[in-house]
Formats: sequence, C-alpha cells, structure tokens
Amino acid sequence: MSEALLDVRLSVNGVVHDLRLPARRLLSDALRHDLGLTGTHVGCEHGVCGACTVLADGRAVRACLMFAVSAVGLELTTVEGLADGDGTLSNVQQAFVECHGLQCGFCTPGFLTTITAGLRENPHPTHEEARDMIAGNLCRCTGYQNIVKAVERAAELGSHERAEGS
Amino acid sequence: MKPAPFDYVRPGSLADALAALSDDPGAKVLAGGQSLVPLLSMRLAAPSTLVDINGLPGLDGVEVTDDGVRVGALARHADVLAHDEAARVQPLLRLALSHVAHPTIRNRGTTVGSIVHADAAAEMPVVLTLLGGSVEVAGPSGTRTVPADELYVGPLESSLAHDEIATSAFFPALAPGARVAFAEIARRHGDYALVGAAALVEGGTVRVGYVSVNDVPVVVDLTGVPVEQMADAALAQLEPAGDIHATADYRAQLVRVLTERVVREATADE
Amino acid sequence: MTTKLMGTGVQRVEDQRFLRGLGRYADDVAVDASTLHCAVLRSPHAHARIVDIDVADVLDVDGVHAVWTYDDLTGPMADPLPLLIPHPALTHGRTQYALAKDEVNYMGEAIAFVVADDRYVAEDAVGRIKVTYDVLPPVVGIAAARAADRLVHDDVPGNVGARMEQNTGDVEAALAAAPHRLTLDLDVERSACMPLEGRGTVARWDPDIDRLQVWTSTQTSTGVRAVVAVKLGLDLRQVDVITPDVGGGFGVKINHPWPEELLVPLAARTLGRTVKFTEDRREHFISSAHERGQVQHIEVGFDDDGRLLALDVMFWHDHGAYTPYGLIVPIITSTQLLGPYKPDVYRVVFESLYTNTVMVTPYRGAGRPQGCYAMERTMDAIAAELGKDRTEVRATNFIQPDEFPFEQGLVFQDGRELTYDSGDYPASLEKIKALIGWDDFPAYRAEMAAQGRRVGIGLACYVEGTGVGPYEGAHVHVETSGKVKVATGLTTQGQGHATVFAQLVADELGCRFEDVEVVTGDTRRMPYAVGTFASRAAVMSGSAIHLAARKAKQKALTIAAEALEASPDDLQIVDGVVSVKGSPGSAIDLGTVAVLSNPLRYAFDEASKAATQFTVGDASKPPVAEDEEPGLEGTDFYSPERSTFASGMHAVIVETDPLTAEITVLKYAVVHDCGKLINPTIVEGQIHGGVAQGVGGALYERMVYDESGQLLNASFMDFLMPYVTEVPDGIDIDHLETPSPLNPLGIKGAGEAGVIPSAAVFASAIEDAEGLPITAMPISPSDLFHLRLAHAEETS
Ligand SMILES: Cc1cc2nc3c(=O)[nH]c(=O)nc-3n(C[C@H](O)[C@H](O)[C@H](O)COP(=O)(O)OP(=O)(O)OC[C@H]3O[C@@H](n4cnc5c(N)ncnc54)[C@H](O)[C@@H]3O)c2cc1C
Ligand code: FES
Ligand code: FES
Repeated sequence: MSEALLDVRLSVNGVVHDLRLPARRLLSDALRHDLGLTGTHVGCEHGVCGACTVLADGRAVRACLMFAVSAVGLELTTVEGLADGDGTLSNVQQAFVECHGLQCGFCTPGFLTTITAGLRENPHPTHEEARDMIAGNLCRCTGYQNIVKAVERAAELGSHERAEGS
Repeated sequence: MKPAPFDYVRPGSLADALAALSDDPGAKVLAGGQSLVPLLSMRLAAPSTLVDINGLPGLDGVEVTDDGVRVGALARHADVLAHDEAARVQPLLRLALSHVAHPTIRNRGTTVGSIVHADAAAEMPVVLTLLGGSVEVAGPSGTRTVPADELYVGPLESSLAHDEIATSAFFPALAPGARVAFAEIARRHGDYALVGAAALVEGGTVRVGYVSVNDVPVVVDLTGVPVEQMADAALAQLEPAGDIHATADYRAQLVRVLTERVVREATADE
Repeated sequence: MTTKLMGTGVQRVEDQRFLRGLGRYADDVAVDASTLHCAVLRSPHAHARIVDIDVADVLDVDGVHAVWTYDDLTGPMADPLPLLIPHPALTHGRTQYALAKDEVNYMGEAIAFVVADDRYVAEDAVGRIKVTYDVLPPVVGIAAARAADRLVHDDVPGNVGARMEQNTGDVEAALAAAPHRLTLDLDVERSACMPLEGRGTVARWDPDIDRLQVWTSTQTSTGVRAVVAVKLGLDLRQVDVITPDVGGGFGVKINHPWPEELLVPLAARTLGRTVKFTEDRREHFISSAHERGQVQHIEVGFDDDGRLLALDVMFWHDHGAYTPYGLIVPIITSTQLLGPYKPDVYRVVFESLYTNTVMVTPYRGAGRPQGCYAMERTMDAIAAELGKDRTEVRATNFIQPDEFPFEQGLVFQDGRELTYDSGDYPASLEKIKALIGWDDFPAYRAEMAAQGRRVGIGLACYVEGTGVGPYEGAHVHVETSGKVKVATGLTTQGQGHATVFAQLVADELGCRFEDVEVVTGDTRRMPYAVGTFASRAAVMSGSAIHLAARKAKQKALTIAAEALEASPDDLQIVDGVVSVKGSPGSAIDLGTVAVLSNPLRYAFDEASKAATQFTVGDASKPPVAEDEEPGLEGTDFYSPERSTFASGMHAVIVETDPLTAEITVLKYAVVHDCGKLINPTIVEGQIHGGVAQGVGGALYERMVYDESGQLLNASFMDFLMPYVTEVPDGIDIDHLETPSPLNPLGIKGAGEAGVIPSAAVFASAIEDAEGLPITAMPISPSDLFHLRLAHAEETS
C-alpha cells in the first residue's frame, strides 16, 4: 500500500516550490532531499542540537520538529539564502570567517540562521546576550569561544553598516 | 528516526478540527510539535491522524485584562514571554517562561500545548496550578472550563478527552500586594529542570509549586510554616524520585534550597 | 617578496563553502529521488541468542528493495569484521559480524539490513521484522566483567581479552625501599566522541567500467577502500573511496569498516542502484563506539621531596563487546601515563575486559586522558601527603630540558621505543602558574570565602605522543594555469587542512596561497595513506606535503633555469613567478614552466603551443630526460622513525556551590607546546574545542547503562554535551614552541591536547575546593552532594 501524497507549496529563500509529499515528511528532509538544499543539517532529529535551524517568517525554528506540510504559508530562509544576491557574505557569515567561528562546519548553518534572527531582534547584544543568543545550539568542535566572538563581530559589522546609512 | 505514516488534516475551523478528532480514535492534535514530533520520530507515539490546529483562526492571541492573562492555543511561548502587559499583570509568566527550553523551541512551542502535555518536568503546568488558572476546552458537546487542579490526573496525562481541544489557558492576575518568585536548577542551561520551584505569597498564604519533583505538577501550601522549616514541611508532602541526572536525595536537597530561595525572594523587603 | 605563511593565522579557505551551505557531507551526496536508503534492525538486548528472524512481513512493504540478515551474506562478507590492530597480548580478540550471527552482545548490534525507497519506508520495514531472542544475562560494567560470574563470549575465560605488562625495573623492591607510600583507587566512566554528524556511507556501482565508488564519513579512506575490496571480492583498482566533508570525527570514524560501510557498497553492487546509509543520533549512541571507562589501582613510593621512586599501576579497561581496534587505547594509557615525569621504576599491568556494551575505540585523547588522570591524581596525593605545593612536587619530577631525547624504557602504541624528542616542562610550568594566577590564589580564596563562596584551583600536565607512523604521502601538481593541486590521503574533519597545507605549499614552492587547492581523503588522488588520528595530520601529511612541494620546486627551477638560461641557484620563486634573483625582467611564471615540463605532440591552446615538439627541447636529447618524468609534479612520503611528543599544562579555578553542589568554571588556562605552529588561529581553535569536550567529559557526559545493559541516555536530551553556557567564558592560552627535531618543519600534533588533562584538572580543582578526595570522574552535582554526605559521615 502506497502512502498518500499531499500537495505542499513551500516558499524557501524567496522561491516557491510545489511538491508532492507524504504528510510525515519532516521539513528538514524536504529541504534537503526534495529541494536539494543540503545546507540545512540534521544532527539529532529531536530538537536539541540546532543544526537544522531555519527561519520561518524571520523566526528561528527547528526544521526537524516540523512537518513540511505544516510549513505551508511560511516564508522560509535557509543558510543558502543568507548571502546577498550577488554572493557577498552576510555580516554574520563574514564574522564567522574573520573569527574562525567554524571547524567541521556541520553545526554552522544552524548557528548562522539563529544569529541572523537574534541580531535582527537585538542588534547590539552585550557579551552575555551574545552568549545567550547561541545557547540553544550544539557545536562539538569549536568550544564556542570563536562563535561568541563572531556574534559580537557581526554586530559590529552591522553597526558600521547602519552608521554608513546603507 | 522518522515518524510512522499518519493521515494529516489541517482544518480551517474549530468545528472541523473537532470532527476530525471524533472521526478517528487514534487521532492527535498537533500544535507547536516541539514535544510531539520527537515522540513521533522516535516512534514512541504513532497516531493514525494528526489534526494540525495551526490553521485555526483566532487562537494565537494573548489577551490581558485586569483579571488575568488568557493565552490562546496557538500563542507561542515566545509570544507570551515577550508580552509586557502579560508580564505586568502576572509576572510569574515571564519568570517561568524564560526557563522553558531555548528561544528557538519557544518560537514554535505553544504554552497551551505545554500545559496539556502535562509533563511534570515542564514549568507552565506548575505555574498554572499554583496560580489556580484554568484551561478552556472545546469538545463535541460544547466547551468547558477545566480548573488546573482537575487537569492533571497522572504522569503525562491530562483530563482532556481524546476528542477535545484546549483553546486557551487562563492565568489569574497577581492580586495587589501578592508576590511571586521562580527558580530552577537544570544540568545545562535550557534543559528541563532537575527541580524548579515557584512561590506565590498572597494575603498571608504561602504556596509553592514544584517542577520535576513528583510525577505530576504539584503545589504545597506552606502557610504559617516558619521559613526555616518550610523545606521539611514541603518534603513531607512531596515524593522526589531519582533518575539518571539526580538521586532522590539530591532532588530533596534541591527542594530544600529552592523552597527557601523562592519563598525568601517572594517575601523579601522590596 | 612574499612573507612566510608558516606561523600566521591565515583565514580558512574552506569556510566559504561551509558558510554558504555548500559543504558536501555524506548525506549531501547523491541527493536524488532514485537513491535508495537503508535502515538497520538493531538488537534491543545487551546479550541474547537469536532464535529466529522472520522477515516475511517486510517483503510486501511497498518500496522495499532488499532485506538481509546474516544468512544472506556469503564469502568474506560472512566472516567476522577485521581485527584491525592485532597484538600478541590480545590473546582473545573478538570482532562482530556485519550482521549478527546467532548471538548479539550489545544493545544496538546490527541484525538485519533493509534497503528501501527512502529512510521512512526503510524504518517501517525494520519495524516489521520479527526476531525471537533467547535473552541472556549481560555483563555490564568493569566490576561485573572482573567478577566473571557471567561471560560475554563463552570462549573468553574471565572476560579478559588481553593482559599486558610493561616495567622498567623491580617495582616491588623500589616500593618497599621508598620512605613514603600511597595507594589510590580511581575510576573513569564512559563517554563518546559524539561528532555532530553521525556516520554515513553512499555507494554507487558503475557497470560500464566495473567500478565501485564509495563516499563515507571516515577518518581513513584508504583503510575503508582496502577492506571493501577484500570483502566484496574486488580488485583494489575497482574501488574508489572518497571522503566528503566530515562533520566531526574525534576518533570514532577511524574505526572501520562499520557494518554499513560494507553493506551499502554490497547493496549498490547487488541492486545496481546508488545506495545511502545515514546514521541517526540514536543509532550513533547505541552502535558507534564509546571510550574512557577504566578502573585504576595505583601504588606509589616517593621520597621526602616527592620524587617518584616507584610507580606501580594496575588498571582494568572496559573495551565493550568487541575489540576491532585492538589494544591501542589501554596501551596508550599505560605508556602516556608517565607524562612529563621520570619515576625511577615503573610497572604497569592492564586487563582489557569484555562487557555487553557498545565497543570501545579511540576517542580524542585515546587513553591519554585516563593516563593523565591516574598520574596527576597521584601527584596531587603526594603533595597532600607531604604538605607541599602541587606545582612543587611536579617540578621535582620533571624531565629536564637537557635530558632530551629521553627514553622512558617502554614500548609505545606504534611498537617503537617510547622516546620523547623534545620539550621544556619547567618553562611550561612557569607560564601556566602565571596565566592562572597560581601564587595569588590563596588570597583570592580568602576573599571568596569571606563572601561565603567556595573556590578551588587545579593543575594537570601531560605529554602527548603525536604524529605516529607508519607514513603519509603527498602529491603536488602545478597545472599549466599556474594553479597548484595538492592531494594527501588522510582525511579532514574540520581541522582546516585545506588551509594549513596550502600555507605549507605556498611557502615551500613559492606559489600564491590562493592558487593552491588541497584535496584530502580521496583514494583516486592519493591511494597511499593511513588516516587521521593521534594528532598526526599536520606532522605526517604536513611534512609529506612540504617534501613534495620541495620536489616540485626543484623541478620547476631546473626547467626554468633552462628556459631563462640561468643557473637554478640564481633563481627564486615568488608569487608563482620564477625569476633570476636581482634581475626581475628575466622571469617565467609557474604555469609556463608546467607547460614546458610536458613535451607535447599536440597543441590544444595558445599556451601549449610552447611545448610542442618543434618548439622546445634540445633536439639531441630525449624530450623527457632519463631520470625525469613529464609534468610539473612532486610526490613524496614522510615516514618518521617514531612519534614526536607535544606537551602542555592546564589549570582551572572552579567554584562549588555549598548548597546545590553545582560546579562552575571561573577561569581556565592552557599552556601548550606543539612545536612550531603552522596556523596559531587553527591551533587555538583545536584547543578551544578540546577544552569544551573536556569540560563535557569531566562534568556532564557519561554513558548510563542499567544492569540489563540498556543505554538509558541515548539522546542529546540526556547525554549532556555542553552548550556555550556550560563552557568557560574565555580560555587563556599561551604557547611554547619547542621544535621537534624529527621532521623538517619542527612541528608536533595539536588535535587532542585540549581534552587530555580535563578529568585530572577538574578533579584536582574540585578536591581543592571541597577538601575531600575526588576519585571518580566525571562528577555531577548529584555525585558531589553524595560525596559530601559520605565525607561528613566519615569525619564526624
Ligand atoms: C529541546 C527541547 C527542550 C525543551 N525544554 C523544555 C523545558 O525546559 N521546559 C518545558 O516546559 N518544555 C520544554 N520543551 C517542550 C516545549 O515547551 C513544547 O513546546 C511544549 O511542551 C509543547 O507544546 P507544543 O505546542 O509544541 O505541543 P505539541 O508538541 O504539538 O503537542 C504536545 C502534546 O499536547 C497535545 N496538544 C497540544 N496542543 C493541544 C491543544 N491545544 N489541545 C489538545 N491537545 C493539545 C498534543 O496532541 C500532544 O500530545 C522542550 C522541547 C524541546 C524540543
Ligand atoms: S537536527 Fe534539529 S535540532 Fe538537531
Ligand atoms: S564546527 Fe563542527 S560541530 Fe560546530
């Protein structure tokens, strides 16, 4: 007996995709396997590690704790959608390069999305707030030291931009 | 870790949602999914139908009146936490919610979902119980109001019937002159608490609610007990258990420490 | 003039891909609806006989392509998996089958393998397989293994896989003669590497060329290649193993082959389809390897200064249900235990024991953390016994800078003499004391005590044998575009090899850093390699790459000298241009040299016209000289006589809550000597990560098995890997650079250092704060609370 397929329209990084998926397809799997957006990673599938974090209407959410069918109507942003159209890295991405904020890179997409949303909400975090911003994501490689620095650096890059009035 | 197959409906009205639940005894409500989806993925639960209530209109509000705060079934933890008016009318909401998981989980998980999920390790069921709040429930034969002290019947078990939907939870306002405090100890920041305690000091009464101590949300009345003896008085009514993170004795110690901490905080001179 | 890149914190080149979501990890390969996916039925029991497996219900599940059990395996696939590192002391080595035959020995052991359209359907199918078990009582924990009331394997008496002894003299006599003696009993529990990406394997069989392509998340692509070929009955030449980006390894991915690393290629070949296995987190907990569990008994004799006269260590190592990786972990514990010290006489005996739990293979540090813990706890105990400062007792026992090379008189994990090449331990000690504020601590403690706060300070020293052999190789190829393609066979799991190796090539060859592209772990590009473990990548491949680049450079100079009509000695290569020193007009770029290096019959573009037979060469000589080869390339291998020994010291200040027994890190300091630094930013990153893992291992993480052998915390909810909120806010790092004399760059390994002293340093600091002995690690607040109760009872 074949499983029923549902029409699912997903809007990801500004592009609309029409898919036919079983109801149980996790959003993380739909992004990765059905849309080929493999930048969203899967580290636990129970909501703890944060590697699968994407933005839904600008808010960070766990893609492994949502079904693709329930994401209908949400504007999704994945790591692939963070850089500018011309390929320029976003401030958060740039800060990760400058601060050596990643090693194996597996956790990185989840940190980038989380911090992107976090800095939008709080563009000038204190050191404590910078740490809190990433407190729900696991990284096994970096010991977080340079990720915290990257949050602070991204905030700095953001304020330069605002100062320049761009 | 992938869920077993299920049928999926996303009704546009409460009536349709209730009908979908009635139609299938194996159906389950899907709200934020932050508790349910992990259970499905680990195949610890396998409902035959998921009734996704995220498309229901009018349930995402947080309404604040002088009487209290009404939280709609689709209001996310983050919405309630960020609500300044709600925090003013009932400060315990914000105090406790900031301990619920991590911000990303709070962006999706609903406060009402947490309340009906009835996990004794969760903060909000204890808060609701301590404050004497209630849940508004819609079912096939209409709506009813379930007071918090009739809501929790067993471990991870609420008194909601399978075909009922909680539409909102109501947290009474803090009475003039009353005080609250919240504290918890977790292994890692953001984890479920090893022990949490919430105090409500109101017109001479002192009541403390406990997270992760008994197997259901529990509140102890400590009115009239001297502060130094409160912990023992509380423990006499509690059944702290051991698990892989804390022995029963250590939990009892945390009950002692946190009882005193929250009561002192709620009674300290401002 | 290009400045040397060696020693500078160059930004990583690999980051560009990772930050855009363009990394390619195993599960990102072959993302295509036609790829088949696998799931594995795993034993729910720790110990059981398999009476019957009924797969009848699975066959009619729509979308299932294959269901295999042991009975479906033939030839070499039906034999046990290899015992990778045999050792004479491993008298009772046992390995599992790709799919369990007749019995299972740990919860999680693979029993059946399903291939289906997607993972969802594969899991549905697994759920329909019915297995009848005859459940046997399990052996869980070292005490049960030693008691041997029950056996894991019927034919392994006493559950003892190996017993091994090494000594440097008559320890009993030395103990008897020592003015002071102490005995310690210590315990370390199990943890695990827990990379954020689990295991993953993808395979594709190409019938047109009779060739198998395997992508696997491994630390050794050549190791996997060899075993896949043998098990599938293929020639080595028919198997390519490509290591894609790897989301962390930390040791667990050096063990091979995992059952799925064989079953996936077999399925790909059998079904003629691309097949993928991606391990989920629960599987990683119950079927990938763990490490650390040991019980240790130490007797030590010392003089009035605390000088070690006799050290007698017995320990019991829990290796789980099987021994695919031999005795490497306990051998490392037993040898690296000595650290920077030189006891007059040392004896070590260990037993490596079977239990019905997940098998044990190296986890970052690989037995060193346990050895360091044993030694450093001993140092602290001696200091306490003599009423001396802990740093003083250590200093008394240090090997001195003028004593190198220093022979410990033992045989190391590589079968070679344990000989330290270089180091400066007294200098490290001075640095760490300054960094942590050792001498000011008493005042700080008093100040905190006045506020009702309880603090403690701890210190631990280690020596780490890094860069073990046998060898690594490298291939450096300058293309006609001037781009430099570099390949080395070992694999990368986040260490930034594409950056540091490019730094080495740019420095040695004289090309531009941006023009270098490094490929690791691809057997098509470098079929001779060993793997990434034991902090060996920089030392081994770094040295090989340096040597290969030198060869390419020599060749470039020879060819350019001819073209420029100059002597090679007068040439320099800067930014990819070969020029005559002092006359910059006389120059040729490396791309052109590459063109000239390959005499052509056919021109295919403008540049190649310069290399055709009517344009180049001395018509009186063969176009390719007798001792030359076409192409501007260099291949070389590095194979050192023995390991090089990095060292370091960690210190920590902790606060313990008098009421809740919570343990907080206030300050963490590291002094580290890994010889010459290639990229200090990357080395510091390695230390940060190691320290965080160490904090996890000391204060949060453990594998909790119940008596029936069920792993109770097989999820990230309950296996408490630290978030940022649990690691120190800032780690103070200072470097010492004592060059290794063993390799051309003077480097030593750095990958594991951050984690080695953690258990020791935290035990030391907590003991200092609490004034009660800490003998078991990790330690949770609940544990500490009970230690206090027990201590209060004892002393009242
Ligand atoms: C990593 C992680 C950490 C967490 N940590 C904490 C923590 O520290 N403290 C804490 O309290 N929680 C924690 N949670 C749980 C989180 O708060 C959940 O969101 C919440 O418990 C459930 O809300 P939900 O909307 O996600 O419900 P769902 O997961 O959708 O549903 C949960 C259950 O309630 C039922 N249900 C939900 N809504 C209704 C309704 N309106 N009417 C009837 N039935 C309904 C569902 O059928 C289901 O049985 C954590 C979750 C994760 C993934
Ligand atoms: S994969 Fe979603 S949180 Fe880990
Ligand atoms: S960089 Fe590897 S897990 Fe974070």
